[in-house]
Amino acid sequence: MRKTNDLILQTVTKIVSFMIFMFALHIFFAGHNNPGGGFVGGLLTSGAIVLLLLAYDLKTVAGSLPIDYKILIAVGLLFAVGTGLGSLVFDVPFLTHAHDIFTLPILGETHLHTAVLFDIGVYLVVVGTTMTIIQTIGENE
Amino acid sequence: MSNLLILPIIIPLLTAVFLIFFKKYILVQRWISVISVTATLVTSIILVEKVKNDGIQTLDVGSWPAPFGITLVSDMLSALLVTATSLIALCCIIYSFRSIGEGRERNYYYPVVQFLIVGVNGAFTTGDIFNMFVFFEVMLMSSYVLLVIGGTKIQLRETIKYILVNITSSALFVISVAYLYSVVGTLNMAHISERIAEVNQPAILTVLAVLFLIVFGLKGAIFPLFFWLPGSYYAPPAAIMALFGALLTKVGVYSILRTYTLFFYHDTGFTHELLMILSLLTIVLGSIAAVAYKDMKKIVIYNIIIAIGVITYGIGAMNTDALTGSVFYLIHDMVIKAVLFLLVGLIISITGANSYDKFSGLIKHYPLLGWLFFISVLALAGIPPLSGFIGKILIVNGAFSNGDLVGGLIILISSLFVLYSLMRVFINGFWGDPEGSKKKESIRMGTYLFPVIILVGTAVAYGVFSEYVHMYVSQAVEVIENPEMYIEAVLQK
Repeated sequence: MRKTNDLILQTVTKIVSFMIFMFALHIFFAGHNNPGGGFVGGLLTSGAIVLLLLAYDLKTVAGSLPIDYKILIAVGLLFAVGTGLGSLVFDVPFLTHAHDIFTLPILGETHLHTAVLFDIGVYLVVVGTTMTIIQTIGENE
Repeated sequence: MSNLLILPIIIPLLTAVFLIFFKKYILVQRWISVISVTATLVTSIILVEKVKNDGIQTLDVGSWPAPFGITLVSDMLSALLVTATSLIALCCIIYSFRSIGEGRERNYYYPVVQFLIVGVNGAFTTGDIFNMFVFFEVMLMSSYVLLVIGGTKIQLRETIKYILVNITSSALFVISVAYLYSVVGTLNMAHISERIAEVNQPAILTVLAVLFLIVFGLKGAIFPLFFWLPGSYYAPPAAIMALFGALLTKVGVYSILRTYTLFFYHDTGFTHELLMILSLLTIVLGSIAAVAYKDMKKIVIYNIIIAIGVITYGIGAMNTDALTGSVFYLIHDMVIKAVLFLLVGLIISITGANSYDKFSGLIKHYPLLGWLFFISVLALAGIPPLSGFIGKILIVNGAFSNGDLVGGLIILISSLFVLYSLMRVFINGFWGDPEGSKKKESIRMGTYLFPVIILVGTAVAYGVFSEYVHMYVSQAVEVIENPEMYIEAVLQK
C-alpha cells in the first residue's frame, strides 16, 4: 500500500485534541451547576482519543497513552462504589453525600462535594468503555 | 446497621469490580467469587432474621426521604428470594469450576456472574419502579454476556434472538413506566400504590396493568410470550443454564407478583382473570411440550414454563391460600430448577448424548447421581414429603375455594405430566443395561455433585420442615395481602 502523507491532519490533531481534552475537563467540572458532568465529559475525552486514533494508528496511540482501558473501567467502578462505601463507615444510608466549603491554597474558597468523586467514577467508566469498544473493533482483522 | 439490606447488592458488585483486576489469575477469581457469594448468603440470612424480628426494612438511599429518593425495601418475600438467589449462585459457581472451561473463565466469566447476582438481588430489593428497570437491565446485560460467552455457533444465533426480544420488552417497560408516571406522577412503588388507591384504578390503569403483564410476561415467559425461551436457554453450558433457569424468569414472576398485589388490586375482575387464563394456557402448553421431547434439556426448559404458569395462577387467584402457595412454589422452583439443570448437564457430560434414549443403565456406575436425580424429580412433581408438595397443594386449594374447578384440575394433571416427562429420563437412562454409559474416569464427580447435594438437601429440608418455613412465608404473604403495611413502612406514617 502506498504511504499517504497525513501531515496536515496530524498537525491539526496535535492542537485540537488538547483543546477537546481541556473542554472535556471544563464540561466535567461544570456538571454541578451547569449542563455537563461525568458522562458527556467522558465521551468528549474519548472523542479526543478517537481523533488521535484517526490521525495516527492504534499502536502509536497505545504507545503514547499506555492505559489498559478495561482496568480503567474497574477503577471507575471502584470510585463510584467507594463513594457509597464511605457512608457505611459513617453509618448513614448508602450513597449519602457530604459537602463543605474549604479554603484551598490557590483556588481560594472552594465548594467540595463527594458527588464529584462519584462523577469521576462515571467519567472513567465512560472513557474506558468507549475506548474498549473502539479498540477491540479496530484491532480485529 | 441501617445498610444491612443493601449488602446483598453491594458485596457482589464490589467483588465483580475486583475480579476485573484479576483477569488472568483463575484460582484467585474462583476463591474470591466463592468467598463473596458465601458472604452474600450469610448477610441475606441475617437479613431474613432481621425482617422476621423487626418487620419490613427500608433504606432511603442517599438519605433522601421516601417518595423523593430511591428507597430499597426488604420485606419477607424479597429477603427470602435474595437468600435463595445467593444459595443458587453459590452452587452454580462451585459447579462451574470444572465444567465451564478455562477459555470462559479467562474472559470475565466470574465478574459477569457477580453482576448477574447484583441485578437479580437488586430487582428483588428495590422499592422504585424505575430502579427496578435499571436492575433488570443490569441482570439482562450480564445474561447477554453469559449467553454468548464462549462464542459457539448456537450461542451466537440464540443470543441474537434473546437480545432482540429483551430489548423490545425493555423498551415496553420504559413506555409503561412513562405512562404510569404520567398518570400517578411518582415512581416510588409505595407512593404509586397509595395514589392508585386514591383514584381507585380508572380504565387507563387497567390498560397499564395489562401492559405491565406483557412486559413482565416477556421476561418471565408466560403463554403467548414464551416463544424465545426454549431456544435461548438451550444454548449455554449447564452452569449458566442453571443460573438462567433458576433466577431470570423468576424475577419476571416476582415483578408480576409485586405489581399485581401492590398496584393493581382494586379492579381485579379483568386483569387477574386474564392472568389466570394465560397461566392455565401456559401450564397446558408447557405440559404438552414437556412430554413431546426426548431431549433432556428441552424437557427441563418446558418444565420451567409449567412452573411459571402454576405460580402466576396463584397470583391471579389472589386469596391467602393461593398466594402462600405461590410464594412457597416460587422458592421451591428456583432451587429445584437449578438442581435439574446441573444434573442434566452432568448426565450430558458423562454420556455425550442429549436425548435420554441414547443411553441406559447409568445407575450401575453412578448410583449417587441416579438417586439425586430421582429425588429431585419427585420433589419437582410435588410428592408429599418433598418441597414441591406444599406450594402446589395450597395453590390447588386456593383455586377450589375460588370455585375454579378447571384451574385446580389443570394444575393437578400438570403434575402428572411433569412427573411423567422426567421419570421417562430416569427409567430410560438410569435403568436397564449399561449401554452407551461407560464409567468415565476423567470426570471427578465430587466437585460436580457437591453443589447438587447442597441444593437437593435444601429442597428436601424445605419440604420436610415446611411448618418452620411457613412462619416466614406467612409473614411474606401478610405483606402481600395488606399493601398498607408496605406503604406505611416505606412512607413512614
